[in-house]
Amino acid sequence: MKKMRKIIKYVIADILRNKIVIAYTLLLLAISFTVFNLQDNNTKGLLSLMNIVLIIVPLICIIFSTIYVYNSTEFIELLVSQPLQRKHIWISLYSGMAIALTFSFFVGVGIPIIIYSFAPTGLILVGVGLMLTLIFVSIALLAAVYTRDKAKGIGIAVLLWLYFSLIFDGLVLFILFQFADYPLEKPMLVLSGLNPIDMGRILILLKMDVSALMGYTGAVFQSFFGTISGTVITIFVLMLWIFVPVGISLRKFKRKDL
Amino acid sequence: MIIANNVTKKFGKLVALNNVSATCNNGECIALIGPNGSGKTTLVKCILGMVVPDSGFITFNDKNILHDWLYREHIGYMPQIGRYPENMTIGQILNMMKDIRRTKHSDQFDEDLINAFKIPDLLGKRMRTLSGGTTQKVSASLAFLFNPDVLILDEPTAGLDPLASEILKEKIISEKKKGKLVIITSHILSELDDLVTQVIYMQDGNLLFHKSIDLLRKDTGEEKLSKAIATVMKSK
Repeated sequence: MKKMRKIIKYVIADILRNKIVIAYTLLLLAISFTVFNLQDNNTKGLLSLMNIVLIIVPLICIIFSTIYVYNSTEFIELLVSQPLQRKHIWISLYSGMAIALTFSFFVGVGIPIIIYSFAPTGLILVGVGLMLTLIFVSIALLAAVYTRDKAKGIGIAVLLWLYFSLIFDGLVLFILFQFADYPLEKPMLVLSGLNPIDMGRILILLKMDVSALMGYTGAVFQSFFGTISGTVITIFVLMLWIFVPVGISLRKFKRKDL
Repeated sequence: MIIANNVTKKFGKLVALNNVSATCNNGECIALIGPNGSGKTTLVKCILGMVVPDSGFITFNDKNILHDWLYREHIGYMPQIGRYPENMTIGQILNMMKDIRRTKHSDQFDEDLINAFKIPDLLGKRMRTLSGGTTQKVSASLAFLFNPDVLILDEPTAGLDPLASEILKEKIISEKKKGKLVIITSHILSELDDLVTQVIYMQDGNLLFHKSIDLLRKDTGEEKLSKAIATVMKSK
């Protein structure tokens, strides 16, 4: 454990020297302040911010983390030949990236929201953003551990992001239209669990009380996500989205040749 | 001390190691020799646990290394191409390694090589700005820094200037005299003459022979290691 803390320390120190994370923080800060200053209605600002956050956070997190893992090949090689457990090295790498990126998200979006819109909706947006950060760093590890080639790995990361933010919604719409004659509200609930970005969006929208705009499906969502047990299940599923990819990548990494 | 048992490793179709068995004991200085791509580095990486064999196993002090990691406390490893985090300075790398490997019972660092290579003058330099030779010096210093019982040096003198490789050679000899196990892979056979006691010759993933150097000299009738190996290669 003590050694893990040491490795995490070095990973974070390295990431903080990296200008991309600083640029990411400043970008988020700029977006947040612009959005809140453009509109005098903070709920509207929050809605615009949500749309931007749900696109940008997964994108930056997955691509940055994938590239970072590839760029740390040397660091990993150096550590693997030392008296350290591979499990600890990998988890430290994950924790280091996760801590650094959640920190910059918190500074970039969390602080403006606390200043402008300190309300449950705003806080849920911060929570969802933090969860998405952890999830997409985790997915990035999975993408990076399976491919030796850097270009291929980054390509897979971009495709995964595209899938979660665009293609998945397209597929859902396609299914909706094809099976329009059937009651699809319940299956939609399950289906949305397959995409953490969608789950995050639904959670935030429901807190904004705009679910009425979503018709009957919105009502079903409201009756599920609005309840305590629904929220607990949602958080549980999001947790799965964090731990499962890291777990799989860890199993792969333990047997990997370096 | 280190025993490899029928170690086999394949990379796709390429057989990097084919049923390799070897025993290495304390106080020996073993030269791992063979043409490019004969599996020397793979064998070394298997011993370090960086490559996991497909079959066979390796023991270190009679313990299987597969799920162990603490045994690496006893190994100093100098890679063929030292690759380090580019943004870190030499000083940071040294401090990090000391920090990670520091244990309760070993707070003593062997900084002979660091001083001999004049590394203290370069502490502020970032790893990406270093020349190949300087990187090798850092690798060598790290391998010896923790007073390990076993030294594994993969092409130690490639890229070092004559002065530096002489310093390194002397260091290896003095460590060998302390009864440590030294494993060296190298192509520059003339350098190994006054170092090694045993020779392991590998080709296409097979271990062809493991002999003491005296026996090899007697068998081939050659005094110089390079000529002896050349004789062996011709007769194959």
